Amino acid sequence: MAASKKNPMSKALVRRETIAGYAFMLPSLVFFLGFVIYPMVQCIITSFFDATMNREDIFIGFANYAELFQDTVFLGALRNTAVIVIVSVPVVCIFSLWVSSVIYDLKGAACSAFRCIFYLPVVTGSVAVTVVWKWMFNNYYGIFNYVGTSTGLLDKNINWLGDEKYALGCIILILLTTSVGQPIVLYVSALNNVDQSLVEAAEVDGATKIQCFWRIKWPQIMPTTLYILVITTINSFQCFALIQLLTSGGPNHSTDTIMYYIYYNAFKLYRYGYGNAMGVVLAIIIAVLSAVQFKLAKKD
Amino acid sequence: MKNKRFNRSTCYKIFAVAVITILAIAFAFPLYWIITGSFKTSAAINATTPQWWPEEWVMANYQKLFSRQVAPLWEIHIPFTGIQFAGPSVPAAIRWLLNTVFMAVVAMLLTCATAAMAGYALAKKRFLGRTIVFSLIVCAMALPKQVILIPLLREMASLQLYNTIWAVIFPIVGWPFGVFLMKQFSEGIPGEMMEAAKIDGAGEWKTFYTIALPLIKPGIGALAIFTFINSWNDYFMQLIMLTSTKNLTIPLGIAKLQAENAMDFGLIMAGASLASIPIIIIFLIFQKYFTKGITMGAVKG
Repeated sequence: MAASKKNPMSKALVRRETIAGYAFMLPSLVFFLGFVIYPMVQCIITSFFDATMNREDIFIGFANYAELFQDTVFLGALRNTAVIVIVSVPVVCIFSLWVSSVIYDLKGAACSAFRCIFYLPVVTGSVAVTVVWKWMFNNYYGIFNYVGTSTGLLDKNINWLGDEKYALGCIILILLTTSVGQPIVLYVSALNNVDQSLVEAAEVDGATKIQCFWRIKWPQIMPTTLYILVITTINSFQCFALIQLLTSGGPNHSTDTIMYYIYYNAFKLYRYGYGNAMGVVLAIIIAVLSAVQFKLAKKD
Repeated sequence: MKNKRFNRSTCYKIFAVAVITILAIAFAFPLYWIITGSFKTSAAINATTPQWWPEEWVMANYQKLFSRQVAPLWEIHIPFTGIQFAGPSVPAAIRWLLNTVFMAVVAMLLTCATAAMAGYALAKKRFLGRTIVFSLIVCAMALPKQVILIPLLREMASLQLYNTIWAVIFPIVGWPFGVFLMKQFSEGIPGEMMEAAKIDGAGEWKTFYTIALPLIKPGIGALAIFTFINSWNDYFMQLIMLTSTKNLTIPLGIAKLQAENAMDFGLIMAGASLASIPIIIIFLIFQKYFTKGITMGAVKG
């Protein structure tokens, strides 16, 4: 109805709407195009150049990409990143779903208090969180070694962050504590928005709590799950501050991630082109993964 | 039969809440450890048996933190003249805190203003190229934003903004999440109200200002607090863009502190308290808006 009414005066209207639309968009577009899109385009272009400080960039075609797949440190970083993603994404999703399913219908302030506490590590900020964990993991003064040895779980102090066997695990643990806050907030709100009449109808028909959850609630919170999967994957791929502050990729490159290796190449070795090539590869991996997750979720 | 099931599910609930309470304590523990650690004596910190509650509370760590470096409280440059004013010398940590607050507030105001207008246009204006702009925004959001840091650094260097707080602020404002969020909120503005305003002779700007803006206010509140907290903690960007001592933000300053005094945990915890307590207080005050911002952004992915 509204559309057919608009049609006769469409030409003039479209022009007016277009001018007004772009006028409202303008301030935002300036920042968006200038500081997001332009650097993204630059990132792709520079990945084909040998680029560093204070020198003209030299075009080298696909050489950066060719080098990338022979660089054992990069491949190791890729593997570490994959481990982080594969461990943290399912754990974050399942853990936050479980916590939310327990706390979402708690009475009074309890639910929001729990939600708040699980969000605390995010708000505290990666730097503050990381430095305190570094202390807790410390070889001599850390509480992990103290608690471990005094309860008899460990027979001697472990150099958590300095040992290839444990360092990546420690990083994943910290990453988990800083990753579940947002999914819990999302799940609690999604569970509260589940159509109550359907749940009641199922309960009248004699469905158990578990059946109720999987048959009624789970399909309704599916979009939230998908969103959480995507953001947790992206966040795990971008794990940087933890690595830079805790281990600097060591010991012996055992905790290098792609993001840290990009930083290392670009801002320690000043190999901008090489770093950008890695960035492009990372972006492609994330884009493909997000697309796959969307496809899988649509099928269900 | 029915009674039995009811009992079992109640038991599970009590058990689950107990487990989650323990987990919550574990989640809050690092923060507790930061705050108590900042008041411990160095003997207590370097003891092999940790003090779960500080036996003696001291301010020594804060005194050390504030006496380390100095920086002018503010500096104002008048463009093109070379004239500048500098404030009184204060401990560098105070300057870092001021830098961070300035950065977060300016980023917040600019983001809210630009995103509210752009989100309104995307939701309510049927202009040419609207779908293209919107898909560009969604695609950009799905990409890792840290990938663009290298080109961004070179861009800021050529704009002579490198090592200024603006180099951190502008990319935050450009990040399209805010526009996306405000579009979600603006969808809810009833078209009839806008039509009515137009019939009453209101121009485009007046329609936006008097009709749309009051309706999307809760959304702006959510975006404001969201931007404030995220920019405060955007460590990677700050690390790359800011170098000189007086220009650091508080998280960055603490990271530098840690790099220089890796084993002085008391000093580092004092810094970490200074970096995190203000933002935690702000979060607790505006928690309701913040939660809304997170959930609204997820409604349509």
